[in-house]
Formats: sequence, structure tokens, C-alpha cells
Amino acid sequence: MVYRTRYITQGIAKVLIWIAALSTIGVMILILFQVLAEGLPVLHLRFFLDPPKSMGREGGILPTIIGTFALTVVAILFATPLGVGTAIFLREYTRESRISRLIRFGTDCLAGVPSIIFGLFGFVFFVIFLNMGWSILSGGLTVAAMILPTIISTAEEAIKGIPPSYREVSYSLGGTRWQTVTHTILPSALPGICTGILLSVGRSIGETAAVILTAGSSLLMPTSLFSPIRTMSVHFYILAREGISIEMAYGTGAALILLVLLVNTVANWLLNRYIRRRA
Amino acid sequence: MRMLLLWLLPLFLAIPLVSGCQREKAGITVAGSTSVEPFAGLLAEEYMSRHPHSHIYVQGGGSTAGIEAVRTHAANIGTSSRSLLPDEKDLYAITVAKDAIAIIVNPKNAIRDLSLDQVRQVFSGKIKNWGGLGAPPHPIVLVSREEGSGTRESFQKFVMGQEEISLESLVQDSNGAIRQVVSNDPHAIGYISLGLVNEQVKALKIAGVEPTLANIEGNKYTLVRPFLFVFNGEPAGEAKSFLEFVLSRPAQELLSREGLVTVLKPSGR
Amino acid sequence: MIMEIKEKIIEKILLLVALSSIAVLALITFFIFQQGLPLIWKIGPKAFILGQQWIPSKGLFGIFPMIVSSFLVTIGALALGIPLGLACTIFLCEWSPPAVGTVLRPAIQLLAAIPSVIYGFWGLIVLVPLVRNYLGGPGLSILSGSVILGFMILPTIISISEDSLKALPPTYKAGALAMGATHWQTIWRVMIPAARSGIVASIILGMGRAIGETMAMIMILGNAVKMPSSFLDSARTLTTNIGIEMGYASGAHRQALFATGVILFIIIMLLNSLAIFLSRRRTG
Repeated sequence: MVYRTRYITQGIAKVLIWIAALSTIGVMILILFQVLAEGLPVLHLRFFLDPPKSMGREGGILPTIIGTFALTVVAILFATPLGVGTAIFLREYTRESRISRLIRFGTDCLAGVPSIIFGLFGFVFFVIFLNMGWSILSGGLTVAAMILPTIISTAEEAIKGIPPSYREVSYSLGGTRWQTVTHTILPSALPGICTGILLSVGRSIGETAAVILTAGSSLLMPTSLFSPIRTMSVHFYILAREGISIEMAYGTGAALILLVLLVNTVANWLLNRYIRRRA
Repeated sequence: MRMLLLWLLPLFLAIPLVSGCQREKAGITVAGSTSVEPFAGLLAEEYMSRHPHSHIYVQGGGSTAGIEAVRTHAANIGTSSRSLLPDEKDLYAITVAKDAIAIIVNPKNAIRDLSLDQVRQVFSGKIKNWGGLGAPPHPIVLVSREEGSGTRESFQKFVMGQEEISLESLVQDSNGAIRQVVSNDPHAIGYISLGLVNEQVKALKIAGVEPTLANIEGNKYTLVRPFLFVFNGEPAGEAKSFLEFVLSRPAQELLSREGLVTVLKPSGR
Repeated sequence: MIMEIKEKIIEKILLLVALSSIAVLALITFFIFQQGLPLIWKIGPKAFILGQQWIPSKGLFGIFPMIVSSFLVTIGALALGIPLGLACTIFLCEWSPPAVGTVLRPAIQLLAAIPSVIYGFWGLIVLVPLVRNYLGGPGLSILSGSVILGFMILPTIISISEDSLKALPPTYKAGALAMGATHWQTIWRVMIPAARSGIVASIILGMGRAIGETMAMIMILGNAVKMPSSFLDSARTLTTNIGIEMGYASGAHRQALFATGVILFIIIMLLNSLAIFLSRRRTG
């Protein structure tokens, strides 16, 4: 008797799990599908190349694309050297010590800070205190702070995965620590680091709260790093909230999803190549 | 070698930082009320198409923030959807348009007309059910702007008087968002700029007076507030040029098409 | 000699670079507290945290309803996210054909990268009317918020829990099965408890993300300022309070929003320290 109950329980559990899992995934795909279905028809070449007219009711989203791109580039340019440098330091230049524990603690904490707090910080520090105003620079630096932990941890993972023999060979050939790093460690860790960068790019594209408070929401084409800009996700948020044009909102949303899809696919492909190389 | 390049890049970025440190932007900044913002944006677009080398950056931030920005020269022109307060009177303000506040409900709502008193009682929470107003009974869903909004302050001034808007009301951070909520919820009531009313919502008559341009100009519909351009001192340069454009006939006609009340006298006077 | 000096210099530079994350954290803490603490002190911490009325125009800044709302929305999100997350994890690890897994895993990663505003938008268009028409209330409610948040934190819970399950020594599963346990019994009574600390860490991480979510919540929660009395009520969390009024605020109002940020920051730091502690214990 007892023997049978176990299998009945398992049967029930299996059914429930299948239903739960499939319906969950189903709903998530549905969400994507809805935005894509309504938005893809809006995406034509002019959409990407034209500036918006009538405050977003018509035209395209070119300034937002440029703004998103510029902000992301700024963020990556600042976060990558700092993040990779930190990872190199943690992995190659110290052992587990108070300093390294402190750094890891800081990094982990930073990873958990919500985006609105970054927004407040960026506003008070970059926009007001450093007088950079609402600008690509303010937004980019704020996002750089947000993606720093991700770059640090992926870089660390990448460096950790390098077999010790690589280092041993380099040192035995008379290389200094720095030479080892630049000639051996970094090139081997590069795919992993790039994956981390791409993940951060994805995150930076989708970031809204912090960007609104630091980069402004101007629809004009930016003329310098100090110009205020509206990124795609901010534009989507404003269009969706204010009901200015549901059609344009869907279009921007679809563009966003496609962009994130592209970045993620490239990151995955890179990761797979990297894993295959290692194995 | 590669590391060196990687680290040189932030330094390259530092160059525009240093050179651009004064934040010299060609053009002017117009900042302030989010109610004025969409219209200022349309005007700026129009202006820039006529003057191809100018840049006009339009921003929100709120009436109060805009006035402050002008005072500290962070913005060239401040926009406001409320009159200046006594301690702001040292700044130079000029009305560029007038805007009415419309009380809106869902098109499916049977109510077409309310007295100012009734509106006040609804928004303060004293009347909580549509049944109390003669419509099929259902709890009323209040929608309001957030604290600090010029529109909310004007609503508070014209309608609420000394009473507070009920703490139960939903809060949305833009006129457009309020319009969205009201257009989707048959039991909602809110207030937005008349210029933003479209076929998705219905503007109520207040004590029998419909919010039309005629009634506003005839002073019959009194929930009217000025849209101000605020300057620190005499307007000059590009800011003056923009102001002159905004007060000109083509610009005012554009605003009129968008639902605002112009400040131009009809031609001939 | 030159080489050694160069190496020393590089080491010091790298040390400085490595301290950057600490530096950023310190800066954030400093500026947020500097802006927000004076107000908390002025009104009194008890009045601020326990005060139930948020009326900036009258100088009343009580954030208790916001704290409660944040709490409720998060609990709701977890109530949805934990069971579904575990179900998906178990499904992925144990019961799905391998081919499905290779499609699903990247799909879940993709879902994790979708901007939260898109989730919020969908919630606004689809979920809110559903709640309003079938369950009552304005639709813009804690329930809607919880559901959307639950979906948003699913990828986090799934991927970290999956890592934990995969990291278990194969002997656990093999041993249990060898002793005659069914597959389900093995999963439920052996593997999940063994991976417990990783799963808990993933939940806490998801919780942190849920508490910190802003934009989607502004779109769906309705942002009413009062204390919520049911899941169908509209509410305002700590994050949306900041997000919705920040654009306009000045003076004491703005300081109060920073003060809200201070409280939020403290709560998140506490949660995060807990998560870090638990996950370090796992690797130890």
C-alpha cells in the first residue's frame, strides 16, 4: 500500500510541476510576444532613422537610439578598466586577506543597490555636485557604477578559470607579474570578460529609473557628451505612461526587445565558444 | 600594451570633460512645468525648423523647479502652470497661453455635469460612490497628480480650497497618465489639462458650463490657469527670439489647435 | 630595477582601481545619507518611519504605509515566484528532455534581461484590466504589482537555484535512488534540502530585486498614499514614492525623498548582507 502512494505522489507532483513550469514560461513568452506582435509592424527603416515629431506621436526614434548607444558606451568605457583591474588585483596580486574581503563585500553590496538609489546618487553627485547637468556623461557614469559589480564578477570568473599552468609557464620564462597578466591572463580571459561586458550592455539598455534622473529626457539629437538625452527605455516609458502614442510605444518596445535579444544572443554565442575552448 | 590602451580611453574621455566643463551648450534650456512641457516641445520643434541652427532643450521638472532653475541661471526660460508666488515676483513672467483644468470621466459614465461643490466632495472623499451623484452605484476611483505638480496645485486652489484631496486617490505623475487611467476605468474621475482632453475621455460641465474656448474667454468657465514663461531679468538673445515666436500668430494658432487658449487678441484689435 | 619599480607602481595602481567599488559604495552612502538624514533627524526617526501620513504640502512625512506596501508587494511576489521558480528549476534540472533545456535556459536568460518597463507595460495593458473586471478595485493594485514582480524575479530564482542543484554531488541523487526512493522523493526530500542555502540565497536576491523595482511598479500600483487594507488596494512602495515625486520636489520635500532612499538603502543592505552570508556559507 505504502509502495503505491509514493508513486501516486510522484505522479501528482510531476503533473503539477509540468503545468507550473510550462504555464510560467508560457506567460513570459506571451508578454514578449504581445509587445513584439504589436510593435514589429511599426518598425521600418524610417523608424530607426528619423527623429521624433510632435513630441513622439510620429516620426522615428533616432535620437533615442543614439542616446542609448552613447550612454552605454560611456558606461562600458568607465566600468571595464575599473572592473577588470579589480578582478586582476583580486586574482593575481593578493591572497585572501582583509583587503580582498573588503573589496568583495563592497562589490556584492553594490550589486544589490536598487536602481532608484543609483538615480538619486547620480542626480546629487554628477548632475548637481559635479555640475555636469543632465547629460550623457552623468547618465553613463551612473550606469557605470551599476554595472561595475557585474564586470568584476564575470572578469574574476574568467580569470579564475585559467589553468595555473599558464601562469607557471609565463613566470618560468622570466615574465614579471604584469607581463604575465597582459600577455597570458588577459588574452585567455578575454571571451569571459566580453561576455560580462555584453551582459552589462543588456542591463544598461534596459535601465530606466537611474537614467531618467541623470540623463534627462530631451528628444533632441545630442551634440556632445553634455547633452541631455532620452534613451530608448525612457522613451518607451514616457510614451506608454502618457498615452502619447500606443503605436509608437509598442514600436519602441519591440525595438528594445530585439536589441536585448541581439546582445544576449551574441553573449551566449561567445560564452559557448569560450566553454568549448576550455573543454 | 592592450591594457595601456584600455586605460588611455577614459583619459581621452577626460578631454571633452575638461573642454566642455563650462557646459557651453549652443542654444537655450526651457525647463519647468510638465503641463507646459509638451506644448513647449511642439513650439520648440516649430521654432527650430524655422531657425535651423538653434537648439532649444525642453525639460520638465515641475513649475517650482523651473522657476528655481531660471533664478539660478540653470535654465534660460522657466515654464510654470501656476501664477508666481509673492517671493517669486522679482522674476519677469509673461503669460504665453491659458489652460483650463478639465474634470474628466470615462466616456461610459452617465454623469455629464457636476457642481464645483460636488467635485470638491468627491475628491475630498466625502462622496465615495457614484450612487451619491445619481449614477448607478459603484465606488468612485479618484485619480490625481502627485504632490508638487503645478496642475495639482491649481486644482487644489480652484476646486478644493481648504480641503485636502483624499489620501485614497490614485496618483499618476503626468496628465497623460491620468487620462490613460480614466479612459480605461469606467468608474474613474480625474483632472487634466484641457488641452489634453481627447475622445478617450469626457470633460464634465461644471455647474452647467462646458469647458470650451468660448466659455473660458468669456470667463464663464473659471478653472483657468496661466502658462507662464519666466525670465531672470529682461529676455534677451535666443530666449527673446523664442518668446517673440511663441507670442506670434502662427505659434498661438498652433497652441490653439492643441487645445490651449491663446493670449492673442483676435486680429483687428 | 626599473622593471621592479614599474611593477610596484602597477600594483599600487591596481590596488586603487580595486578599491573603486568600495569608493563608489562609500560615495553613494555618503551622498544619500547627507541629503536624507537631516530631515529624518528633524522630524524624528520614529515619526518618519512610523508616521502614517505623507502630505508634503503640509510638511507631513510619514513613510509607514510605504514600508508596509513594499513589504506586501514583495511577499506577494515571493508567493508567486518561489513555487513557480522551484517548479521551473525542478523541471529544468530533472524532468525536462535535454533538448527542451537547451532552448529554455537561454530563453530564461533573455527574460531576465528584458527591461522592467516592458513588464510594467504589459501589466498595465493586460493584467490591470483583468484584475479590475474580475476581482474588483481599480485594477492598479498590490495584486497586479505582485504578479508582475513575481514574474520579474523568476529568472533570478531559477538560474541560481539551478546552479545550486547542479552543484550537488551526484552521490546524493544516486544514493537516494539506490535506496529505493522515487524520483520525486529524491528531489523533494534529498536534493532540495541539500541545495537549501543556495535556493534561499536566490530567494533573498530575488527579494532584494523585488523591493528595489521602481518603474514597473509606478505603472501598475496606482500610487495611492494611504495604508493599504487589501491586496486589491492601490499602494505606493518606498521606491515608487521616490520615483513619482522626485521630478518635482524641492526643498524639504526633496530631502524627504532622499530620506525615503536612506530607509530603503538600509533595508536592502540588511537583506543583502543576509544573502551574502548565506551564499558564502554555501561555498564554504
